Amino acid sequence: MSAPAQTGRAPGFLAVHRTTARRATTVTAALAALAFAALCLALVLGDFVMPLGDMLRALFGGGTQIERYIVWQVRMPRAALALLAGAALGLAGALFQTLLRNPLASTDLLGISGGASVGAVYATLVAGWTGAAIAASAFAGAAAVAVVLLLAARTLADGGYRMVLAGVGFAFLSASIVGYLLKRAQEDQAGTVLKWITGSLGATTWEPVVVIGAVLALGAAAAALLARPLQLTELGDPLVRGLGAHPVVVRTATVVVAVLLAASTAAFIGPVSFVALGAAPIARSLVGRGALALPAAALTGGAVLLIADLVGQYAFPGHSVPVGVVTGAVGAPYLLWLLASSKGRRA
Amino acid sequence: MTEPRIAAGPDAPRLSARGLTAGYPGRRVIEDLDLRIAPGRITVIIGANASGKSTLLAHLARLQAPLEGAVLLDDVDVRTVPRRRLARELGILPQQPIAPEGLTVAELVGRGRHPHRGLMGRWTAQDAAAVDEAMAATGIAELADRSIGELSGGQRQRVWIAMALAQDPRILLLDEPTTFLDLAHQIEVLDLLVRLNRDRGTTIVVVLHELGLAARYADDLVVMKDGRIVAHGAPADVLTAETVADAFGLEALVIPDPLTATPLVIPVPGGAHSAPDRA
Repeated sequence: MSAPAQTGRAPGFLAVHRTTARRATTVTAALAALAFAALCLALVLGDFVMPLGDMLRALFGGGTQIERYIVWQVRMPRAALALLAGAALGLAGALFQTLLRNPLASTDLLGISGGASVGAVYATLVAGWTGAAIAASAFAGAAAVAVVLLLAARTLADGGYRMVLAGVGFAFLSASIVGYLLKRAQEDQAGTVLKWITGSLGATTWEPVVVIGAVLALGAAAAALLARPLQLTELGDPLVRGLGAHPVVVRTATVVVAVLLAASTAAFIGPVSFVALGAAPIARSLVGRGALALPAAALTGGAVLLIADLVGQYAFPGHSVPVGVVTGAVGAPYLLWLLASSKGRRA
Repeated sequence: MTEPRIAAGPDAPRLSARGLTAGYPGRRVIEDLDLRIAPGRITVIIGANASGKSTLLAHLARLQAPLEGAVLLDDVDVRTVPRRRLARELGILPQQPIAPEGLTVAELVGRGRHPHRGLMGRWTAQDAAAVDEAMAATGIAELADRSIGELSGGQRQRVWIAMALAQDPRILLLDEPTTFLDLAHQIEVLDLLVRLNRDRGTTIVVVLHELGLAARYADDLVVMKDGRIVAHGAPADVLTAETVADAFGLEALVIPDPLTATPLVIPVPGGAHSAPDRA
């Protein structure tokens, strides 16, 4: 028998819990500051550089009418869309990775982005649709894949193996469908589509910002409700049931929320790679202590996508690069690093 | 069936299986089984591999739905009781629970409070006290801010038991809690269960492999074979050479344990004649 608990240096439950909570709050606040700094940079940069002071004055309703127009109508929609869509992807990725206990699970690898691509490419090349109809078709494609994943999720007792397999299958299937549709398309049409399937934030209006913002608000509220039962599901099904939670209900609700976030985002900006995959592991390695770190993952996603878009716009003088190319270029080395190290796990 | 040696408290929970048939359609693991768990006592379930003991435990813990029959808690079918309320009555420690590596010990133990907390509620002083008490009782208070990944197997097992203590159920079911532990840690875990039973009056049902330890720690011993109960009662009455030969296909000498006088099973060399292995 081991010695009974010594009263020497034994931090109580509340002390430990507060340390974890403080750490999460600090990291989340720092990420929010980073996201705001990136937003300021995005509003300062453009066809001409607006001094930070002028930009801030226009941002808060002062300055000239032209300054306010440039900040709020020209630059803000694109920057806001990058922040919100990135946050939605980061949150979706964090939910999928928690659910499947797999740091590689994300909207790209689960075929949801692929489903959106097929929907959008079909709408553009075959049906000849434009504008909002393309977004609707992309959403439908992502949702169709998601329904199949949901059916697979009922058997998640195997650690999500089947769901991941089904998703990877869809990812490859949709890549070949997109390839086939592109091959038989006219050249000028193919150009538009290629830009879409790389993931792009160009020529943004307020409309997608409002839609993504609303979806993100809904998704964030649902995630806040799901966070605690989701933490329990990490302990494995028997224990979750023993503690009085319902694993199938929690998982189904989580998949619905994550898919809604991912599909809406893909519908408007295309299947941007890496953000959904990388945001949560980055946020969790910063917060540490086994936390789910959902707010931190969302903020990381937003900051990463906005910074990647700034790099794509301004790092290559003379021509801009779609944001999906930048995130993809960052994503490949990151994926290798993740596979090679254990840091992306919940260390 | 032997009466408990000490009368159980009047409010001790009564858990029983009635006409329980379990398994999958086409392959029945348990057939028409009746069992009353002795209230306020330690019941140990033993049996060969694939004898249905883990399946029985999973059904007692309402982790699986019976094909026929029911599991009753105080005469109410457990599948009709709201989940969280049932979780305050009935706790289960499965064989291989999973923990996120980076999670701290204190916070993992805190997860045991789930059935006692409001849906969005903050941690109450009562929650914190229950967690601290559980960590002290299992001797892991100094590990509170360590992460699960740093712990040894024996320490981890104590953390899981602390979590069950924080859940504070009236009945605690454990599936082979001593597997993968060395002998000293096995004894430590079992002594912990005895203290939990004595101090809190928690009814304990535990599946064990090691027959000598089962006999030593059980108030009530259940022996299973082929999905049926072949013997049930006080270890001294139940664990005989005949029972061991029948249930385990093992020729053995059963002598009184020199320390506790409970039955001690000594296998005869080469005596495993008809190991009933039908996985």
